[in-house]
Amino acid sequence: MGYTLNFNLIWRHFDKLSGGLLLSLELAVISIAIGIVIGLVLAVWYVSAGRVVRGIIAAYVEFIRNVPLILLVYLVFYGLPTVVDIAYSAQTSFVATLALYSGAYLVEVFRSGLEAVPRGQIDAGKAIGLTPWQRLIHVRLPTMMRITLPALSNTFISLFKDTSVASVISVPELTYGAQWINFNTFRIVEVYLVVTAMYLVTGYVLLFALRLIERWYRTAR
Amino acid sequence: MATSSSDSAALLDIAEVSKSFGSVEVLRSVSLQVAKGEVVTVIGPSGSGKTTLLRCVNFLESYDSGSIRIDGKEVGFRDGGQRQRRSERDLASMRAETGMVFQSFNLFPHLTAAGNIMLGLTKVRGKSKSEARAIAEHWLGRVGLAHKADSLPAELSGGQQQRVGIARAVAMEPKILLLDEITSALDPELVGEVLAVVKSLAEDGMTMVMVTHEMAFARDASSRIVFMADGGVSAVGPPRDVLAAETTNERLRSFLARFRASHF
Repeated sequence: MGYTLNFNLIWRHFDKLSGGLLLSLELAVISIAIGIVIGLVLAVWYVSAGRVVRGIIAAYVEFIRNVPLILLVYLVFYGLPTVVDIAYSAQTSFVATLALYSGAYLVEVFRSGLEAVPRGQIDAGKAIGLTPWQRLIHVRLPTMMRITLPALSNTFISLFKDTSVASVISVPELTYGAQWINFNTFRIVEVYLVVTAMYLVTGYVLLFALRLIERWYRTAR
Repeated sequence: MATSSSDSAALLDIAEVSKSFGSVEVLRSVSLQVAKGEVVTVIGPSGSGKTTLLRCVNFLESYDSGSIRIDGKEVGFRDGGQRQRRSERDLASMRAETGMVFQSFNLFPHLTAAGNIMLGLTKVRGKSKSEARAIAEHWLGRVGLAHKADSLPAELSGGQQQRVGIARAVAMEPKILLLDEITSALDPELVGEVLAVVKSLAEDGMTMVMVTHEMAFARDASSRIVFMADGGVSAVGPPRDVLAAETTNERLRSFLARFRASHF
């Protein structure tokens, strides 16, 4: 084993990695933003709906949760345009996929959060004369948010890592950048060491920042 | 026909209300009239239907038959007699006419003491933020918590939380205040501060129906006491009559005897 690590070639192409990291973050942020909307709307709908709607929402959640993400990415990017007449870039397709993916997980997160709002708080909202909509906005959602914020943070961190799947359809995010450097320099160990460190540090910083936000939210007045 | 009530002076008219949870009959044809300014205390063994009755008054629970009217207006069902449940919007505005204080406080944890009081004032009563804030501060002052206006519920003791709960209910200027075992979840040394607030509201003429196990307080603060057993009204009258040791009502006598044995 006479291999000596040489990072020079990695640093020379570092723009592929830094640009890739920014794109990964962008993909994660846009996807979760859409995913939160999907998750919230479906969760609120679910808890107040009849059996048919519940069944449809549950089917969506189960489908997404039981199909590997990489397959969903292929289905949306290669499969969908052959069936229906739409065209989109790899990046758009990936964001749509990841939004649907995170949405399914967040339906579950928000649904359990809504169901965990204590009965007594809802009674108190009724007792002061709030309408169902006002109770949702001013009582149930704020309490649900407190309950679900840690799970939401975890979902976001996973989603950030999941953006690496976009490399399979050539979206130039961080993992794709690593592959590009690998193919062009054959410095496979070095580039994946650097990229691992980049995922690790970014993930950790994100987690730290999200925990601060959670703490702020708990004590905000 | 203005009202079907037998006593047209009654602010709250509960007439022959029955309710079952499955096969269990929790309320059996309960009737009770409460006049404006009266303080009526409901006592009785657990499972006798006291809390359910209270929750029917602001329609947190529905009931199977009978009627509950406040100021002559049916609470949960539409006018016209065919027992059609009111719309959620109508129910909300009916409920705004009654205040309720809960055993477990049920403050909104994300809002400050003042915020808890202001929510109903701004969203239901349509007050501006500054008006609502002034009202909240007034009532917090009344319950001795002016300095806690900007504290979150988690930063308050149980007794303080419950006083905020009372302020939240009365700030809406309800026609009637419902108090559901409001001291049962409190440490004994915190009970007094909460009861003092209730007493001062009674002195102001607030109409109240309360469920409590504080017999001494019931005796001192009530105009009438209702004793419930097995879902029905078993005895009703002025405190000295109902709480008299020589009562001929068997159920009441054994309840009071057990009570004295465990509480004194």
